[in-house]
Amino acid sequence: METAEAKNFKKVDIIFECQDCKPIEVLDTNLQRKPDDIILDIIDSGLKGRGGAGFPTGLKWKFTKNESAEPKYVICNADEGEPGTFKDREILDRVPEKVFVGMALCGYSIGAKEGIIYLRGEYNFLLKDLNKKLEKFNKQLKERNLDFAITIKSGSGAYICGEESALFESMEGKRGEPRNKPPYPTSEGYNAKPTVINNVETLVYTTMICNLGSDKFKELGTKDSRGSKVFSVSGDTPIAGIYELELGMSLGTFVEEFGDGDTKSVQVGGASGHCVPRKYFEDTIIGFEGIPTGGSMMIFNSTRSMYNVLHDYLEFFTEESCGQCTPCRVGCQQLLEGIEAVKKGERRPSYLEDLKKLASNMNLAAKCGLGQSVANPFNSIVDNFKEEIIY
Amino acid sequence: MSNTDALIKNLVEKHGNSRNSLMPILQGVVREERSLTEDAMLKVAEALDISAAEVYGTASFYTFLDTIPRGKNVIRICKTITCHMKGKDEIIEALEKELNINVGETTSDKQFTLLTANCLGWCHKGPVMLINDEIYPDLTVEKALEIIQEYAHNTK
Repeated sequence: METAEAKNFKKVDIIFECQDCKPIEVLDTNLQRKPDDIILDIIDSGLKGRGGAGFPTGLKWKFTKNESAEPKYVICNADEGEPGTFKDREILDRVPEKVFVGMALCGYSIGAKEGIIYLRGEYNFLLKDLNKKLEKFNKQLKERNLDFAITIKSGSGAYICGEESALFESMEGKRGEPRNKPPYPTSEGYNAKPTVINNVETLVYTTMICNLGSDKFKELGTKDSRGSKVFSVSGDTPIAGIYELELGMSLGTFVEEFGDGDTKSVQVGGASGHCVPRKYFEDTIIGFEGIPTGGSMMIFNSTRSMYNVLHDYLEFFTEESCGQCTPCRVGCQQLLEGIEAVKKGERRPSYLEDLKKLASNMNLAAKCGLGQSVANPFNSIVDNFKEEIIY
Repeated sequence: MSNTDALIKNLVEKHGNSRNSLMPILQGVVREERSLTEDAMLKVAEALDISAAEVYGTASFYTFLDTIPRGKNVIRICKTITCHMKGKDEIIEALEKELNINVGETTSDKQFTLLTANCLGWCHKGPVMLINDEIYPDLTVEKALEIIQEYAHNTK
């Protein structure tokens, strides 16, 4: 745990706020600027990817711009599948134009002509409205002589396709199996061409940084975690929903605001994130210096069995593992069967230690983030709630 | 030319016959017919000039590209933790009873298939179900049954 001082709890209104900001006007103003200036602004803002992995957005844009291969692509990752996350759906539903403008500005900055939104199949009900708005937006781009257009591709129910290289495979009509890295998307992404792939929320922040200036953005958050972030709050809370909050607060202040007074633990970052028990709430900072999150905050009170929570997560990973690499395919199954065996008394409690080693090995040996991150929930739940797993 | 043949022909015309068009074509077939028959996959392979194994390989990877026959209305109930905490088991039980099938099965009149799904992205409004492409959040047993009866009525 970090000892950095936590920020106070503060609600922010940048993503959904739309009074001052007509997205198309942000585009117009910024098309007057040099592409490099826009990229420098995004780098200067310190914005890191809001999908969970947290790569600096401006650098992604710069690396892709520096590639000589053509064509280049801008892809919006709307394959929001992490359990407990529902913010991207809300953003695409309420302020899609801000996403489109972010994509267009990225295209203008890096020299791409094609933008594609990869929308998870579970959100197909958004298609009709999004396509209508895109038609209008693409027309507006044409009127401005900007050689850029956005289309949508749908997913078909596969969590792993949120992993960027699996997403490219899926867009290319293949099984959504992650690729080896390097090469990274900035040099060989979709169709093996230089590609910027950003999360929905990240793209909105790029629009807003271009609108407000990077200094305004930097006023929020901490040195390692600039700005604010949209949180999806669910579970045992009287006020479940979407909240945009300044980064860097302690989990303690978060629970004070959202908990039901009986909070036992919070799963920060979804099924692939960390489980934090009550005793660590105050010392845990939400941000890249503490526990980073794609926004999923699942709150559990003392009536919940953490065995059930872990069982649910492991079932999820077992089903969603693409099956390509052995550590993940077999590891997920063994972890699931393992805790079932301990619960039934078929295995000694000390078997949990072996399973923890297996999870740590998966972290080292699995090919992509899915298999690598199973150790996060597994080890944090087993370490903090061992009695609940055994008895 | 059968209905499926015509459908595939239209989809190939709309999306093109490159490998990158495979997903939208398969999705288009499933949208109309709810699942992919062996014959449909062979036809798609032929149209895109790729092997049938490639088509099946892609189709069998994705949960929503069913390769076994499904009912006219595919119900997917979210089973991930927060929907579980909000009572998805009662919803599943009620629908199993109403439709007289278990999860994973299709009614004998081929009107409904009942499935579970991983996180549908409505954790603040669980339990939730997807019927075809339509989403139904904030479910109660009564509400879920009402929705199913409406579908049954409309698809008769």
